[in-house]
Amino acid sequence: MAFRRTIASCFFVLCLLAAGTGRAQGQRVPLVKLPHLQRYLTSPADTTYIINFWATWCKPCVEELPHFEALQKEYAQKPVKVILVSLDFAKDLEKKVIPFVNRNKLQSTVFVLDEPDQNAWIPLVDPSWSGAIPATLLLNGARKQRFFVEKPLSPAQLKELLTSKFPLNP
Amino acid sequence: MRKRYPFLFLMSVLALFSFAFTADEAGYQLGDTAADFKLKNVNGQMVSLKDYKDAKGFIVTFTCNTCPYAKLYEDRLIQLHQKYAPKGYPVVAINPNDVTASPGDSFEEMQKRARQKKFPFAYLHDESQEVARKYGATRTPHVYVLTRTGNELKVTYIGAIDDNSGDPEKVQKRYTEAALDNLLAGKPVQQATTKAIGCTIKWRGDS
Repeated sequence: MAFRRTIASCFFVLCLLAAGTGRAQGQRVPLVKLPHLQRYLTSPADTTYIINFWATWCKPCVEELPHFEALQKEYAQKPVKVILVSLDFAKDLEKKVIPFVNRNKLQSTVFVLDEPDQNAWIPLVDPSWSGAIPATLLLNGARKQRFFVEKPLSPAQLKELLTSKFPLNP
Repeated sequence: MRKRYPFLFLMSVLALFSFAFTADEAGYQLGDTAADFKLKNVNGQMVSLKDYKDAKGFIVTFTCNTCPYAKLYEDRLIQLHQKYAPKGYPVVAINPNDVTASPGDSFEEMQKRARQKKFPFAYLHDESQEVARKYGATRTPHVYVLTRTGNELKVTYIGAIDDNSGDPEKVQKRYTEAALDNLLAGKPVQQATTKAIGCTIKWRGDS
């Protein structure tokens, strides 16, 4: 009996340790292919996705990331989901992206889109997108609404976009 | 008066907002006639397209010193020039970034970069950003191939240099070269527009 309790408490401590290290390391940042992004682009859910295209090397992108983080926090209990799509090169995942995400304690969903032939997928995000970043797509599949912006957004612009074009209770 | 303030504020916010989203929708489309310009080259001389008497056209490329994507393409831009300038299509590189927003893109820094990389092509400073606005350029690098037709320069290709910015070794489609090869063979350009990720042009007044 005592033996079992020891095992149980050992297991408990191990779990704590695992959770602890998990938190210390921050979120995992997966390297994904186009279908992963398309799941959001074609989602039929009544969820408003705010998909922001950024990269660690892009200064205006890095400057606007906190606005998306703040919005995600504010709408944590609502069907609003911020997706931060990093366009850093796959080879920079360990060296640049993960340290950046951890240093800035990013809470929104982050992944690196590893699709070097950009001409093949940029038009799928929005036909008007020339490829400049930052760029942001807001979309709600259930309501068949989408809005694309190829510019940095101020917190006020972002909030205004969300509340005017994607009201939670229409 | 006090009552009006929130309304005025709202209106000005809305006005700013709508401006922000319409500012760069204009610009050249395929088949448009490109206007000439006069911009300062890194050697201090003013350069216009009409100065190139023998050119059949141009590879006008909006680029800069600071954007990692633009830097990744510097060597490939040099190769493009070396391959196509003798065939009548020189590269004309234009840096449109605002110096206040991007100090690394000042004229002096352009001169330094051009010396370091030994640019064989003109590297021009679009200080007023008027040329970039007229073209409708949005990012660096952003290529516009112009082809001389009579006295006019027609836009014949808009887009990317190739399909792999990160790794020149893995490039499979050389979009700009393919367009130039079509043009030099007297054929219509097969893929006349392409998209690529790049750094947004740092416009004056933007934060």
